[in-house]
Amino acid sequence: MRPARKLWAALPLLGFASLLAILGLGLGNDPGLLPSALIDKPLPAFRAARLEDPARIVTEDDLKGDIALLNVWATWCPTCRAEHEFLGTLKQRGITIYGVNYKDERAKALHWLATLGDPYRINIDDREGRLGIDLGVYGAPETYLLDSAGVIRYRHVGELNQRVWAREFAPRIEVLAGSG
Amino acid sequence: MAWLRLLLLWSLAPAAWAAIEAYEFDDPVDERRFRDLVFELRCPKCQNQNISDSNAPLAADLRRKVHDMIRDGRGDDEIVAYLVERYGDFVTYRPPLKPVTWLLWFGPFAALAAAGLGLALWVRRRARAAPVALDDAERERLDALLGRGREES
Repeated sequence: MRPARKLWAALPLLGFASLLAILGLGLGNDPGLLPSALIDKPLPAFRAARLEDPARIVTEDDLKGDIALLNVWATWCPTCRAEHEFLGTLKQRGITIYGVNYKDERAKALHWLATLGDPYRINIDDREGRLGIDLGVYGAPETYLLDSAGVIRYRHVGELNQRVWAREFAPRIEVLAGSG
Repeated sequence: MAWLRLLLLWSLAPAAWAAIEAYEFDDPVDERRFRDLVFELRCPKCQNQNISDSNAPLAADLRRKVHDMIRDGRGDDEIVAYLVERYGDFVTYRPPLKPVTWLLWFGPFAALAAAGLGLALWVRRRARAAPVALDDAERERLDALLGRGREES
């Protein structure tokens, strides 16, 4: 009887402790980070104009062939400015990067690329954010990892930098390059 | 005359609202569907607002998308499924019933049932415990504590 009673008495404390633990873990989560619904799914079909030359049409097929990044950016987005230099570094390391210029003005975007450098192989003009909706973009910058068949393997929301690259992208690319 | 002015202001309010974004529907039923949908869809950018309330550019894009889909004759379920496919379950305020959401749907009822069960057990145990009679020494001590001296009573 005695030990059982003690157990009962400890129950509220235990309950409280586990609640604290759950809430404490939740505190470390960023509620702004949403899992992408498109992981391991092919790029959605789209037809959009190229940023540099609106007469040329880009489709999802143009982004296939290489393991590549698809970077959603805009000139109104300060974090995009912060990661731009790192994208240039990645390009120098031989990484293929496609750009989605998201809800932006063409003239501003072209000026940005002319003055800050252009790390993108192809830039897609998504002025109205339609491709953004198909990708489930909810804020710029976002960076998607595509395999050579154009399947989305990973999404990062927020600044892409060396730390994120080394932790999230590089190991995945190694696996993809090994299996393909 | 203040009430008249108020009434006038009030009657103008929907017009002002409509000016922000004029989505026209041929059918009042479609318009009701639009209002219901944008009320139930959550803005992915802004955590705790539906896309009807939010001013975020993304919410405006999603309202436009919902409008376009209704105009194209798509069903409510189809529209919600379209957005869930892209933004995940986060986008709807009515999460679907599946193993990962069981805790969300049934957790409160489970907690209530557990509390009720605990309370019932506790009450039953108390009711069964017979009151213990005091012996003479204890009675004396109780009287002393309550200030009920023998001489006074």
